[in-house]
Amino acid sequence: MNKKNSLSKGVNRMGPCIALAVIFVVLSLAADSFLTVNNLLNVLRQATVNGFISVGMLLVLITAGIDISVGATAAASMCIMAMMMRSFQISHPAVLIPVCLAAGLVVGLCNGLLLTKLRLPHPFVSTMGMKSILSGVALLVVQTQPVTGFSEGVLWLGKASIFSVGNFSGIPVGFVSLIAVYILIHIMLTKTSFGKQIYCIGGNAEAARMSGINSHRVLIIVYTLCGFMSAIAGLVIVGRGGTANPTSAQSPYDVDAIAACVIGGASFNGGKGTVWGTLIGVMVISVLRNGLVLMNATSDVQYIVIGFVIILSVLIDVVRTRLEERAKIRSSN
Amino acid sequence: MSEYILELKNVTKKFPGVVALRNMSIQLRPGEVHGLIGENGAGKSTLIKVLTGIHAPEEGEIYVEGKPYRFSTPTESREAGIACVYQELNIVKMLSVTDNIFINKAINRPKSIFLDSAQMDKTAHEVMTRLGHDVDVRKLCGVMGMGVQQMVEIARAILIDAKVIIMDEPTSSLGEKEAAQLMHVVRELKESGVTILFVSHKLEELYEICDRVTVMRDGEHILTDDIENLDNDKIITAMVGRTFDKNMYPHVDMARGEEALRVEHLESQGAVHDVSFKAYKGEILGFAGLVGAGRTETMRVVFGAAACEKGEIYKDEQRLSIKSPRDAIKNRIAFLTEDRKGQGLVLSQSIDINMVLASMKKFSNGFWYNKSLAEKRAKENINDMKIKTAGIHEAASQLSGGNQQKVVIGKWINTDADIFIFDEPTRGIDVGAKVEVYHLMNRLKQKGKCIIMVSSELPEILGMSDRVIVMREGRITGEFNASESFFNQDSIMKAAWGKE
Repeated sequence: MNKKNSLSKGVNRMGPCIALAVIFVVLSLAADSFLTVNNLLNVLRQATVNGFISVGMLLVLITAGIDISVGATAAASMCIMAMMMRSFQISHPAVLIPVCLAAGLVVGLCNGLLLTKLRLPHPFVSTMGMKSILSGVALLVVQTQPVTGFSEGVLWLGKASIFSVGNFSGIPVGFVSLIAVYILIHIMLTKTSFGKQIYCIGGNAEAARMSGINSHRVLIIVYTLCGFMSAIAGLVIVGRGGTANPTSAQSPYDVDAIAACVIGGASFNGGKGTVWGTLIGVMVISVLRNGLVLMNATSDVQYIVIGFVIILSVLIDVVRTRLEERAKIRSSN
Repeated sequence: MSEYILELKNVTKKFPGVVALRNMSIQLRPGEVHGLIGENGAGKSTLIKVLTGIHAPEEGEIYVEGKPYRFSTPTESREAGIACVYQELNIVKMLSVTDNIFINKAINRPKSIFLDSAQMDKTAHEVMTRLGHDVDVRKLCGVMGMGVQQMVEIARAILIDAKVIIMDEPTSSLGEKEAAQLMHVVRELKESGVTILFVSHKLEELYEICDRVTVMRDGEHILTDDIENLDNDKIITAMVGRTFDKNMYPHVDMARGEEALRVEHLESQGAVHDVSFKAYKGEILGFAGLVGAGRTETMRVVFGAAACEKGEIYKDEQRLSIKSPRDAIKNRIAFLTEDRKGQGLVLSQSIDINMVLASMKKFSNGFWYNKSLAEKRAKENINDMKIKTAGIHEAASQLSGGNQQKVVIGKWINTDADIFIFDEPTRGIDVGAKVEVYHLMNRLKQKGKCIIMVSSELPEILGMSDRVIVMREGRITGEFNASESFFNQDSIMKAAWGKE
């Protein structure tokens, strides 16, 4: 029984890796330019934005919550930063970057407070409202116009690479930072009492409350962290394109992030999910998008394929939960 | 025509690594109430699921009125005339009583696709009245008490003309009065010719209602006999497979200490009215009463889980201000909730995490989680309390009910509380585990802790408590000392029912 359990657990853990490997091999065969060093570095660059958003989303999902406003938070944060530059002629990165991050922090804090202090029933609705508000804010602060002309310091996170020699385009700084953040969040989730509390609140909020865990505090911190991660993603977006475009609030960042988490083993029921699983999920989406572009798939096809992958991953989640429940029933009899 | 209305012959049902039913046989005679008893994990649930078509057995046969059946879906079992009232009721709380009764058998108007609600309401009301509940059947099930909800399930069974009704621990969530009403209904059903398989943990119920009793252990049939030929000793010995300590309630006599808790004029949300009581160190204070008498509500207020409108709480003569469970735990009060899975455990998490859940501060330096310390403590807990598990990293969901309960008790012991409130500490756990829980309570008592035990099982209240407070409709209606001559079932029941 135990052997079987650990075996099925292992398969669960390996599942996303196997999926990633399969997609990888298929794309290598289908698109000549896929398996080149510089393209793979591109994949990493493209993974960075979703990577930062996903890790915030992961924390929220573990608490059995959700944050639909992540993409809009990223857009609003960078647009507020752009406003500072355009309207107040401040261009120094030491001011602009903190402004961007603080904006995300405040949005996340608001989401947390709405959920806990105002007791709004489910974060889906409140963060959806927040998404709409932030989309409007993003447009408003820059008068609907994309803003360019940021200094190199602001663009650094999304643009710079290290160890670039000759043809080798270098390892993107953004991805290196992403890995660093993932390590930190992993440590937080597994080694700190705060991390344990996140899982317990997601696993059974009432039991956590009755055990004296300050769930409001934990939830507020989690949503604030999620907003913060979205703001970092906003910085990366600006760095990659050189522009702060308010319309990017409408891009499906939330969908990509949720998909990455679910592919990586997180569940809408909460209490589950790991940083490394999420990283695999992020890579699956990034590799897919990159490969589809290389195969000259138009954006409509991309949407359709990504959509199928999301549904498939949720289906896998449901099947997995059902199998686990069946195992539970078996062992309880 | 067979002698038996329902017969299970040499049924074996295997799950990976576990044989849930081993060569199990049981025969029900037409019109009898047949008791089924066994410890948790004895295979009763599997047996029920085989009978209701949820599980298909590997070997063995099922006969209904002598005809062989092979159920592969619950519908097939229902069509053969078998209905089941599950312990965790299948009720849609947001639907009316009528809609619940007719949930899979709605009546349409003649030659129409529209429902005949008037007819359904009328029939539903007739059946409910026959079952002793003259309720407004158009009201939502969710607003009805557990007793009514259970009758809705029985009404469903009656309306499909079930020949055999399986009742799985039907009284476990009912108060004494509702349980008595249920017994009455069972007798009526029996008189009208329905056969009943009555699954229960409570021996007294078997004597009260059953004609014959079957005892199961480890998935096997141990004995079946007429109730007249059985007694506690015989049944318990058959259940646990060893001679049972006759003293089921190991009460410890000792002098109580100083006052630990004083509650004055507590008032809350119409459920608690002017409740005042004292609890002492080195004492087990029992709280008796019917379900809904306000005992759990009182404790929730003391623990800060429910709002306190009025009243004062003193611990060691110090006035406390408790606004949340956090405050209560800081003041070293522990509360074992009656709903183990809903409020006690994080089922998806491992045993060690659950063990330290309420004392996280002690197992961290404020930031880092001290894994080795927590694991060490969890291992000690497992040894101390004889928790049966594959290891501390096993998820709490994998444990049996009794072992889960021990984990929750361990969680509270690890908080080093002074006052332990145990709400229905032995609900839904087997006899062996019950006795172990009693010993744990005694150990706390001997350490000078103050223990408050809310329980709906009178023998348990009488057997374990040094003092008993009785509540009815949110008020305290009686207090009895174990040393007093009228410390018995009768006087407590009178106080609980408000009858003379």
